[in-house]
Amino acid sequence: MKSHVIVFPGSNCDRDVEVAIKNISGSYPEMLWHKETSIDNSDLIVVPGGFSYGDYLRCGAIASTSPVMQDVIKKSNEGVPVIGICNGFQILIEASLLDGALMRNTSLSFLCKDVYIKSINTSSIFTKTTTVAKIPIAHNEGNFFATGDNLKKLEDNDQIAFQYCNQNGTITKESNPNGSLKNIAGILNIQKNVLGMMPHPERAADLTLGCEDGKTIFESVLN
Amino acid sequence: MSQESWQYKTELSVVENHGLKDDEFEKIVKSLGREPNRTELGIFSAMWNEHCSYKSSKFWLKKLPTSGERVIQGPGENAGVIDIDDGDVAIFKMESHNHPSYIEPYQGAATGVGGILRDVFTMGARPVANLNSLRFGDPSHPKTRHLLSGVVGGIGGYGNCIGIPTVGGEVNFHPSYNGNILVNAMTVGITKKDKIFYSAAAGIDNPVVYVGSKTGRDGIHGATMASAEFDEDSEDKKPTVQVGDPFTEKLLLEACLELMKEKAIIAIQDMGAAGLTSSSIEMASKGNVGIEIDLTKVPTRAQDMSAYELMLSESQERMLMVIDPSKEEMARSIFKKWDLEFEVIGKVTDTKKLVLNMNGKEEACIPINILVEDAPEYQRNYVVNNPTKPLNINENDFDKKTILNDLLTMISHPNLCSRKWIWEQYDHMVMADTIVRPGSDAAVVRVHGTNKAIAMTTDCSPTYCKHNSFEGGKHAVVETWRNLVASGALPIAITDCMNFGNPEKPEIMGEFVECIRGMTEACNSLNYPVISGNVSFYNETNGEGIYPTPSIGGVGLIKDLNNTTTIALKEEGNFICVIGETNNHLGNSQFMSIVKGKENGSTPTVNLQEELKNGRFILNLINQKFIKSVHDIGEGGLLVAVAEMCIAGNLGVNLGLKAEFPHGYYFGEDQARYLIEISKDHFDKIKTLALEQDVFIDEIGMVQGNSLKINNLGAVSINDLNENHKMWFTNFTN
Repeated sequence: MKSHVIVFPGSNCDRDVEVAIKNISGSYPEMLWHKETSIDNSDLIVVPGGFSYGDYLRCGAIASTSPVMQDVIKKSNEGVPVIGICNGFQILIEASLLDGALMRNTSLSFLCKDVYIKSINTSSIFTKTTTVAKIPIAHNEGNFFATGDNLKKLEDNDQIAFQYCNQNGTITKESNPNGSLKNIAGILNIQKNVLGMMPHPERAADLTLGCEDGKTIFESVLN
Repeated sequence: MSQESWQYKTELSVVENHGLKDDEFEKIVKSLGREPNRTELGIFSAMWNEHCSYKSSKFWLKKLPTSGERVIQGPGENAGVIDIDDGDVAIFKMESHNHPSYIEPYQGAATGVGGILRDVFTMGARPVANLNSLRFGDPSHPKTRHLLSGVVGGIGGYGNCIGIPTVGGEVNFHPSYNGNILVNAMTVGITKKDKIFYSAAAGIDNPVVYVGSKTGRDGIHGATMASAEFDEDSEDKKPTVQVGDPFTEKLLLEACLELMKEKAIIAIQDMGAAGLTSSSIEMASKGNVGIEIDLTKVPTRAQDMSAYELMLSESQERMLMVIDPSKEEMARSIFKKWDLEFEVIGKVTDTKKLVLNMNGKEEACIPINILVEDAPEYQRNYVVNNPTKPLNINENDFDKKTILNDLLTMISHPNLCSRKWIWEQYDHMVMADTIVRPGSDAAVVRVHGTNKAIAMTTDCSPTYCKHNSFEGGKHAVVETWRNLVASGALPIAITDCMNFGNPEKPEIMGEFVECIRGMTEACNSLNYPVISGNVSFYNETNGEGIYPTPSIGGVGLIKDLNNTTTIALKEEGNFICVIGETNNHLGNSQFMSIVKGKENGSTPTVNLQEELKNGRFILNLINQKFIKSVHDIGEGGLLVAVAEMCIAGNLGVNLGLKAEFPHGYYFGEDQARYLIEISKDHFDKIKTLALEQDVFIDEIGMVQGNSLKINNLGAVSINDLNENHKMWFTNFTN
């Protein structure tokens, strides 16, 4: 079991993912500086959250052109599981590994709180658990958008990974924290080996912090 | 001194524009043996202003206790250091950024956070938590909304980006801050005892290295601006406010911590207020050496910057270091990896002088001791105002049937309502060690990779301080101590951020002196020393001073994470008890101010022996696992504290009504009190313990249902409490 976490200038959830992976799988992931050009055999690549390049230009835009991203794209095409969390999700969209766009939250402010999500696709390696999960969000630009055609494609191909919902699993307007289209919290690529999500599962992987619902997302990949 | 008697070539107006008094200028001339040139005058102005020199406060600050068995470094370094066992230390400090935040709230607050973060990681610690203490004017004042959103945006913008959780803080509104808001930022970091870095330069000829961002023309004279009062033209001072770049600070943080592992750094100092001037002089002064700088080597982002501008710029995200010359190339490669400037700009000398050269010309040559030890120190005149008199209460003026309505009014008031709107804009969970999030008595953050934690809180009651500065000073310290105790932590030490008006006015100086006296007494009694801090005077606009605001940041240690407590009620059927005596003290209370619209009466007296006794009792109960939840009783009194526990735990309570004067009982602000939730089965045991230790305990109700019920007076649902509690900020800012 070998995993990798990419570190960009400005990444700030890299260590949190590192610790979560260690706690779940028993072994530390390899931390890869963004200027590396190749990734050794990997069972999981994580593009972590943070503020790569200070969110300058557009969230994730500069990081998506980092040298390491060429190999992330190549490996993902070969079927290696890739998760982009928060800023990592933004980077994967900018790198065209995932469809859609992440706009500013409708509140126009950063939002950090626990939310509830549930899996819509239940067959991917990341989304097998169907129970409602409590996982925190912390972002300013998490308002998912896709044009009509693209949304239809996402739906038809079962690419919607998670939707925001209430505690009971009902998808409501009130449970949508940022204005995302159809309460979308995370999506998959068409092959279902690339996941992008705004909530931070690595922050919900330790009972001491109050919740470990986030573990399941890593578990089936890592074990 | 009149213009006629001015015998110097330097014009008096130039001296005045540098914030120096004429006798201070005379002192400079005498010490130097000549008139300073313009660059030198700028340097003196930067070093001798109130903000950098503490000239009005030094005498009094020396009275505060600053040592203790866990204190490794007290005031005088970039931040204070305490021992938290197992070779670990916590490094922390709070600092003001009031003036810039009023002029430009977003950048002012953001760079306040950036500055205090640098103070902590300069010393070798990875910052693990940010807190803050904020004061705004009356909500109805036309500027308040703009200032509030800007400050909260700036604090979040910086902390979120750099990835340090903002875990706690406090905010209050009062008209005395209409023209002068307060933004105090605190950072706590953790490192190993043998990995602390200091600022004393050493090793003659060792290279002096500049790292971080390039220098621009921003923030010139920021510290001097912060040492003057405001008037209508304060908006014109916008160019003195720095612009922050948290992304660069994140790179600087990682680069510095990476280099610190390599034993290459001999001394390090961040460039904060008065930039290159104060950092180089501090390092030379602490090391009792000289520093020579070639200003042409300073990386710049503006063209043709003069020596004067280079020395006084407050461009952010910069550091000065003295390094081991054999490690220079290795150090350079680390900063190159992080895309940061790394330039050798000078060397350590044995001259004990600051010498600045530029293009082969000497721009300044000043003996360090003149700048530091000869800095003016004043024992300002002061008068102590008599504390306000106690309230004359006629109990018949209070109808007990209004109590629950009054409670709703109070918990929906800007000064007591939920601060969720604010802290949801701060990333308070990044680094994945936040055990107790904002909204409890203190925030609790795990020491990474261990089973222990530190608890942190900030507090102050300016109203108490205004009407009795001595008791108010005591109270500010004690309130943080109680907050830590109520989180299960052993309180260790504090940092203070002293915000006051113009110290040249005897009444203001009197407030300062009395607050310090109160704080000293509290710190001594509680064995809770001051290890770092900052003084911000001249918080005045058009001659109107703010209320005295000695903000206190307290830090404590939780040796076993399992003994962490919160305010959230846990289980139906448990008993609620109050610890500490209630004597219906309504003077200067939130009830009088919010419900009766009167700010009057006397500040409650803090009995330090009671505090110590009751606090120790609570900690013992926590460590013996008797406590299910606990909350200190602070502003708003007992019933507000009960309501907060109900909301946090989403559970109701049933309170018996025993009091003869219910308003006094439920809303009085007597000190040294806590509310505890305990299992019914433990009550007798706990009562015995209390009797043995002479601690006052009273069982006042039971956790039950989903409403806050008072016998014979009615009930209000937790849902209603919650809605009322959280609506104010949302409505105000929409």
